[in-house]
Amino acid sequence: MSKVSELGHRLYTGEVSYDFLGRRRRWYALSAILLSISVLAVVLRGLTWGIEFSGGADFKASTTTAASTSVTQMRAALEASGVPELDEAEIYTIGDNQIRVQTRTLDPTEEVPKVRAAIASELGISSEDVAYSLIGASWGGQITERALIALAVFLTLVAIVIWAYFRDAKMSAAALIALVHDLMLTIGIYALVGFTVTPATLIGVLTILGYSLYDTVVVFDKVRENVRDIKASTTRTYSEAANLAVNQVLVRSINTTIIGVLPVAALLFAGTVILGEGPLKDLALALFVGMVSGAYSSIFIATPLLAQLKEREPDMKKLTTRVNNRRQREVQKPPSDDVAAPASRDEVLDDTGYAGESTPVGAAAVRTGSAGAPAGERGARRPQPQRKPRSARKK
Amino acid sequence: MASQGGHPGRTLIALAVIIAGLAGLIAVGGNWTPKLGLDLRGGTTITLTAVNTSGSGAVDPNSLQLAKTIIQSRVDSLGVGESEVTTAGDRQIIVSVPNVQQDELVRLVGQTAVLRFRAVHAAESVTPPPAPEPTASASGSGNPSAEPSGAASTPSESASGEPSASPTGNNRPLAGLPTAPPAPRSPRPTVEGQGTPPDRAIGWQPSPEDQADFAAFTCADKDKQPDIADQPLFSCDETGTVKYLLGPTLVEGDQLSSAVAGVPQNDVRWVVNLDFNSEGAIAFENATRELATRQDPQNRFAIVLDGETISAPSVSAAIPGGRAEISGDFNQESATQLANVLKYGALPLAFEVSEVANVSATLGGEQLRAGIIAGIIGLALVVIYCFLYYRGLGIVVVASLGVAGILTYQAMVLLGGSVGFALNLAGTAGAIVAIGITADSFVIFFERIRDEVREGRSLRTAVETGWRRARQTILIADAVSMLSALILFILAIGSVKGFAFTLGLTTLIDVVVVFMFTKPLMTLLARTKFFGGGHPLSGLDPAHLGVKALPGSRTRRPAIRRPAEEVSV
Repeated sequence: MSKVSELGHRLYTGEVSYDFLGRRRRWYALSAILLSISVLAVVLRGLTWGIEFSGGADFKASTTTAASTSVTQMRAALEASGVPELDEAEIYTIGDNQIRVQTRTLDPTEEVPKVRAAIASELGISSEDVAYSLIGASWGGQITERALIALAVFLTLVAIVIWAYFRDAKMSAAALIALVHDLMLTIGIYALVGFTVTPATLIGVLTILGYSLYDTVVVFDKVRENVRDIKASTTRTYSEAANLAVNQVLVRSINTTIIGVLPVAALLFAGTVILGEGPLKDLALALFVGMVSGAYSSIFIATPLLAQLKEREPDMKKLTTRVNNRRQREVQKPPSDDVAAPASRDEVLDDTGYAGESTPVGAAAVRTGSAGAPAGERGARRPQPQRKPRSARKK
Repeated sequence: MASQGGHPGRTLIALAVIIAGLAGLIAVGGNWTPKLGLDLRGGTTITLTAVNTSGSGAVDPNSLQLAKTIIQSRVDSLGVGESEVTTAGDRQIIVSVPNVQQDELVRLVGQTAVLRFRAVHAAESVTPPPAPEPTASASGSGNPSAEPSGAASTPSESASGEPSASPTGNNRPLAGLPTAPPAPRSPRPTVEGQGTPPDRAIGWQPSPEDQADFAAFTCADKDKQPDIADQPLFSCDETGTVKYLLGPTLVEGDQLSSAVAGVPQNDVRWVVNLDFNSEGAIAFENATRELATRQDPQNRFAIVLDGETISAPSVSAAIPGGRAEISGDFNQESATQLANVLKYGALPLAFEVSEVANVSATLGGEQLRAGIIAGIIGLALVVIYCFLYYRGLGIVVVASLGVAGILTYQAMVLLGGSVGFALNLAGTAGAIVAIGITADSFVIFFERIRDEVREGRSLRTAVETGWRRARQTILIADAVSMLSALILFILAIGSVKGFAFTLGLTTLIDVVVVFMFTKPLMTLLARTKFFGGGHPLSGLDPAHLGVKALPGSRTRRPAIRRPAEEVSV
């Protein structure tokens, strides 16, 4: 652990710096692939909607005895119950002592008691111990509608909050794109794995939108701090400042994510192992996927995107040119001055500043050459300090 | 918080006072556990959606409220206790009944209230099971009479001199009612179409068999007899003190267009004014003409709601024009209540059972257990992680989480008592997820402090400057959480509302804890030797932070590592 905090320190000072922004094409490509898979999965496989949306009845019972009823026996019992159209009923066993029966929507006063009685007698328990939930078909439509409204309202409000907080259209845009990214990824995973989507899932999804946003806020906060006076200096480009910010908050981001995910993991464990099915599992699963994705997107998507957008501004272009010019001059200077270099904070930051890909030609390209190549896609996992020619480091 | 820590001691004391105060409130309430939702203790939740039978369009909120009141009384009639009927959104009614598995409940609740007007053929006072109160006849079964209330001067129907419903009153026993031994009941038709339609209902007379059955009928049996429109009905009044033998329906409730309580001009007594539609007006006029010729109690008609006689006014002349006035011993409250009940029967609302969620007590207990286990595991994991990563600062995390836990528990108990907040499974999940959110605030704060130390500040200063910066981030993070919670709460339906509620609640508590506990505690700890001096286990030691020495503890600022000089692969 102390190594981690040491790393935290080195990241903070810029001593160790991962080139998150320089490899943005790689992250974009990775996300593009993941998103394409998600979209494909949704289109081809579709989402498995819970009965809450489509309408239906769901019976759940625990068998107290070890003698578990087989699915075929249960089906026979259902057909013998005298309730029509139960052929399509889905019957699952959960763990070794729970059975779950899902059917079409039943009449609450006529058919439900019959089915309950059939299940109860098959399992040898009292009818009262068969828990059930019943959702009318039109009700499911209403729930879906509400969920969509909630999503739309949420995205709108979030956009407003982001805008109000950052007061910067580009930051808002980048944060929103990251948000949509997380949303699509989570939905994609649901489609891919075939998890059932329930109202609890939707709640989870809406909650992770909050998380994702929050992760982005933490990073952008630091970016904003680092670029406060950037136009007045020639020490760093916007991308470099942003990359430093990502590095500085990396440990915090990881910590935040781990601490957020731990209770969710516990929830997922309890929901899956103890209960098998139900809102705990649905909620925790969506949160789990979303939180991890939120942490990823704030670092690998939102910030590079922000930098890219910012670098297009004329002011930032000029700044980049100035920074490059200065660096070019330094490269041409004899490398004798580093012994006398003062060690103030500013310089510590300065000379590790990152020269992003967007920096035009010239010496900067030479400089990035040594920094860019080796890290690989999993660069975040292993330290890959930037190594620079000493001469390049000092003014 | 003032700079340089303000008065950390005072803030902590203020928090302690708040916690003690809440505990005091709970002690006054006398209930030390939060109210549990039905999915955690077993029970049935039914969601009903009102359908406007007059086509689509909005549901009148007043109608919905009335429907709620009626459904509540129906559920109460089951005697299950602790039942709850609430409206949700603009057309839902949610019925929650604990520990009942009755399919009967679903049937009873979903049914539309049926209001009918029937002729009284016999009325008999009975001794009700519970101790009767003479004034309990609040709904106007006291001494009512119906009179025409036209614009023209009306021949005043004399009140029939019917005694008030005091249980031992002289309700006359009816002629020809031998107290026969409870004869086996002849099966009666349970569907409409085999009896007497409304146009001939006034001519119906009870058969000796009906009389015998009526004699055997007690108010305890009232739910056993179905309320069939064209069949006679045995009915009791609300208090169960009078039983009635009623003829087939004379006028259906849906022919009543309005019922309003009011005080007529030049009068001081409350009355209920009825308005029938044209069809109902004719039927009512014909019926009252015939009734007026009869002897008491057969000159009365009964207003029957869901099989229960809510009023039985007497008639002494035909009432034409479709307008009638029920007068009696009404006060404002009882008149309004009767009018509401009458209106409900004529309400253009039908209900569709949208959702039934039934959790057996066993499953409920299991879900509760799973929630608690998840909470304990989650908490333990977070605490372990914090100790590993933050060492001594882990104590701050544990203490802060503890305080947050106490506050959350107290809030849940108090909200359960005051606004009926019930903790359900989704709510438990919200609380568990909130562990992460709360701990996260500490992470932001601690990391900020460390950043400040790395910037070269002394720990005592770092706590203050770090706080000022962390505060903003914590607040925006909580604002985002709060926003999610609010939107979810407003838009979500049913049990997931619980998640939103606990999430919002714990977010608020997080703010309280960070501002009133964690921050002052850090200020105090920074003054101690263990933390302020950077003990190796404090989580603030120089090596841990990656600086050579804690700035401020000794003046060795130049000793901060100069990373630029030591870059290596």
